[in-house]
Amino acid sequence: MSEFLYVYRGGARPTAPEQMQQVMQKWMTWMKELGAKGHMKDPGHPLESTGKTVSGQRKSVTDGPYAEKDVVGGYSLIEAQDLEQAAELSAGCPILETGGTVEVRPIMRIDR
Amino acid sequence: MSRPDPVEHLFRHESGRLIAALTRLFGVHNLALAEDVVQEALCRALEVWKLRGMPENPSAWLMTTAKNQALDVLRRERTARTFAPELGRLLETEWTLVPAVDEALGEHAIRDDELRMMFSCCHPHLAEETQVALVLHILCGFSVAEIANAFLSGPATIAKRISRAKKVLASSRRLFDLAGADDFRARLTAVQRALYLLFNEGYHGSCAEAAVRVDLCREAMRLARILGEHPLAGTPSTHALLALMCLHAARLPGRVDAAGSLSALLDQDRNQWDGGLAAQGQQLLERSATGPQISEYHVEAAIAWVHASAQRPQDTDWGQIVSLYDTLMTIRPSPVVALNRAIALAELEGPERGLEAIRAIADRERLDAYPFYRAALGEFELRCGRLSLARDHFRSALEAARNLTERQFLQNRLAACACRSDAAGVSQ
Repeated sequence: MSEFLYVYRGGARPTAPEQMQQVMQKWMTWMKELGAKGHMKDPGHPLESTGKTVSGQRKSVTDGPYAEKDVVGGYSLIEAQDLEQAAELSAGCPILETGGTVEVRPIMRIDR
Repeated sequence: MSRPDPVEHLFRHESGRLIAALTRLFGVHNLALAEDVVQEALCRALEVWKLRGMPENPSAWLMTTAKNQALDVLRRERTARTFAPELGRLLETEWTLVPAVDEALGEHAIRDDELRMMFSCCHPHLAEETQVALVLHILCGFSVAEIANAFLSGPATIAKRISRAKKVLASSRRLFDLAGADDFRARLTAVQRALYLLFNEGYHGSCAEAAVRVDLCREAMRLARILGEHPLAGTPSTHALLALMCLHAARLPGRVDAAGSLSALLDQDRNQWDGGLAAQGQQLLERSATGPQISEYHVEAAIAWVHASAQRPQDTDWGQIVSLYDTLMTIRPSPVVALNRAIALAELEGPERGLEAIRAIADRERLDAYPFYRAALGEFELRCGRLSLARDHFRSALEAARNLTERQFLQNRLAACACRSDAAGVSQ
């Protein structure tokens, strides 16, 4: 098994309470399924929509990114056979239903 | 964090509870601010819970989150805004702020907030239908689109109605105070009426989605229970109202049959009725019989009880039902009540008497848009064997039908006409 990071990006946020509940239910079902099949290494964390970006030689600090379209909203750590399977497993992620994306990135294996 | 399954409609109910609690803290004129804080708290819950799972006590989690957000808002805005007059100076200094907010949002204090909000929403300057929409929006967490869907209305119309209503609410800074109000009685009557209308919209309403309608009934019952638990608001008529809801709701599983069509009361599978709810309804009805006054809810609950207590349709005590409708006509006369009385009378004394009673309804033209008016006429003509007249009535009922379920029901009645004419070997 290899490890992969799922990076959740963007996606419309529901505003009505009942929609929120439905979205949450979908996520919980999906996460539970990944867990039951032994793919969930760590459910990870959501990220605040505020932040600072430090850049350049002058180390200039700017506010943001804020909750814009493609901001990273959270991440999880997954175990899968290979990149293909990891990508396949991400297809069930509810974020895809609301215009968001899951970036699937292999964790670099360190051979000793 | 563990992963228990979320309670049904958790977000909706917590939304209503939190908005009520924060509105008391902020003042009714800051309702929009309370709504924003709650929205933010619910969003955070969604973001955290969808990855980490739900906490053991989601209500407490949400309350803590909302409390922290509320503290931020109070600190940030205490010079720019005025908040609830009863908190007044407690909010002015940091060392009184936190305990004041803790106290205000404690389990004990927020118990009454939903109730006070209910009374605030039923403001005498608002039309009944607006009060219902407002209750659904603020206390039941229904979005504008969901309310529009339930009432077969445009979202823009509902949005406008709600925003105007909020301005009316904001004219008083405090949530309605049940104990200290001169107009408590009048307001209680309005609250009961709003919950009654909410329930009816679910039970008889025009929305085609059964799930939406069950939700409306359940919400009305949830709020009526809160009303019934309060020492001042739990009057005999409140208990009668809840009894009525229980007895009707007991029939909900049978009301929409397997084919999704509206079953006429007499054709329902009575085994599907909810015996537990019916028993609750009966207890409440007994409890409601303590006051000197008899309300329309008492009478309607009694009618529902007569139906619920009949083992089979043919066991129904129609004589009692007719006399209860007579009483209802003296308390709250309306063409629909008169129509229901005529239907009961037809069961008691035959379809010709039913037809006579319908013809005698004052201002019965007000029933024209009501599909069950023509349907009743059709049913009586059918029973009299006048098939062609029956068909005409069912056809015009079909034109007035408001949704697929009603259309299917009426199509079935038309088919019944066809069956009868085949069986009789006559073509009309």
